[in-house]
Amino acid sequence: MFWKSTYNEFIKIAAKPRSYIGIGAITLIVGIILFAMKADGLSFISFVTQPFEQSLSFEGNILNGNLIAFIILQMLIIHVPLLIALVTGDLVSGEGAMGTIRLLLTKPISRTKILFSKYLAGCAYTLIILLWLGFLALIVGKMLFGSGDLMVLNSDGLVVLQEKDLFWRFVCGFSLAYLSLVMIATLSLTLSCFSENSIGPIVSTMAIIILFTIIGALDLPAMQQIQPYLFTTHMVSWRNFFEDPLPVDKIIHSSMILLLHIVALLGIAVYKFNRKDILS
Amino acid sequence: MSDTEKIVEVKHLVKHYGKFKAVEDVSFDVLRGDVFGFLGPNGAGKSTTIRTILSLIKPTSGDIRMFGRDLLKDRNFILAKIGCIVEKPDFYKYLSAEKNIEIFARLSGVNVSKSKIHEIIEFVGLKGREKDKLGGFSHGMKQRLGIAQTLVHDPELIILDEPTTGLDPQGIIDIRNLILQLKNERNKTVLLSSHILSEIELIANRMVIINKGKTIVQGSVTELLNAQELIVSFTVDNIGKAQQLLEAAEMKEQIEKIENNNFLLHISQEKIPVINKLFCDNGVNVFSIESKRKLEDYFLKLINA
Repeated sequence: MFWKSTYNEFIKIAAKPRSYIGIGAITLIVGIILFAMKADGLSFISFVTQPFEQSLSFEGNILNGNLIAFIILQMLIIHVPLLIALVTGDLVSGEGAMGTIRLLLTKPISRTKILFSKYLAGCAYTLIILLWLGFLALIVGKMLFGSGDLMVLNSDGLVVLQEKDLFWRFVCGFSLAYLSLVMIATLSLTLSCFSENSIGPIVSTMAIIILFTIIGALDLPAMQQIQPYLFTTHMVSWRNFFEDPLPVDKIIHSSMILLLHIVALLGIAVYKFNRKDILS
Repeated sequence: MSDTEKIVEVKHLVKHYGKFKAVEDVSFDVLRGDVFGFLGPNGAGKSTTIRTILSLIKPTSGDIRMFGRDLLKDRNFILAKIGCIVEKPDFYKYLSAEKNIEIFARLSGVNVSKSKIHEIIEFVGLKGREKDKLGGFSHGMKQRLGIAQTLVHDPELIILDEPTTGLDPQGIIDIRNLILQLKNERNKTVLLSSHILSEIELIANRMVIINKGKTIVQGSVTELLNAQELIVSFTVDNIGKAQQLLEAAEMKEQIEKIENNNFLLHISQEKIPVINKLFCDNGVNVFSIESKRKLEDYFLKLINA
């Protein structure tokens, strides 16, 4: 019954027009970035490398598909959550708003199974969004800009990663980015269990992300104490896969924090959904 | 399985929301084969009770047993034997009628074939509209689709909460006929809540009336109504002589109203042939006898008591 319910959730997501907003928006934004980089990417690279040109000389195809993919991932990983929440924040509350939850919860399947089937479908949708982003950024980026070594600017300075060393870094980076987005999907699904309308959980998810991001950016001692525990702090930890040497401890720590958030939020969602009186 | 088998047993059901008492003490039994009317004024606790029976709401206290099992312990076993519409028949507007039925059939606990889905859609009179998205469906069509959804897994018990709300007269008649078909042709037990008392009177064989969250009365519709006095209208050719005969029979106090050749009497059902014979034996021609007793009168009498 669980898989039948999950299949149902896939059908519903696939049939909802809002599910295609994310794919459309990513296509449009990445398209614009690719066009802009094709048109004026070299001056952008020149601007970034200018401070180093007195001590370093740059040779080869710096503006390549790997760099484009890195830039796109960095630019969009903060904005993709909105596109995810548009769908996952609607999974439970949307049923309440439409009234279909009354029929759904009178079927001989436990509420926990229904919730997890929705969650699984939401995670699959998140994966599709991220894979599409990866395809456009990495594959289309390489088709347009070719391949080459990746030059990354981080807090320690400029890191150059060899082309042959990049594939696994992108795979792992996208995997950790996926964990971050699953965390967002879990948050919006949990909020969805508390709401009877679709907009509330979506807006609340974004409000929480914005609030936590602001707290994370505040350079105050009181804020610094809580910053390590905010999930937003760890949403950009995919970048650690583009460090040399690899900060394994940091990656494990971030993954654990995100996983803990996911487990805790899922626990809250299951508790709330099972105890919820359906009054709509 | 006997016709006296209790399919639904609700005992002392209570549901509180904080200090608000939505249901205080509701008890009733639905027997196999019943078309069971569930009546009560707005705010009486009907919807809360029905939602509790369907496990949409958790009761504060009380017992609900269905098909001989405890709802809290055997929820899935019980729900597999039920088809329901709770208030409005809401569906996924972005899916076709057929897809909507498929979605709910998939969760019904039995394998439902495409041909079965088409058969049910035809049964409720929606043949030819299977592929249409629900955005263009009228309320009546959605209600029919709702009934299709309740039937698709061949449940033993059908629970319909206010199925005729918002329907036009033709829609009400259609739903009434569908319910009667369910009972007569498919041997379904139907638990039906409705505001339209005449509908319940026409199709229910047993009923419960609740008010302010408590059961007031339950039993056979006919027996409950027969136990009450009727308002009977007699039309005769000689109203003066008829009046004298009634006074002689010490029934003057039962006369409510006299108008032209017609008078209204408060009498029990058994008295109708007695009075008719009295008139006929004494040369008063009776043109018509019309019983004015209605469930509505009975209902209002109980609610206002």
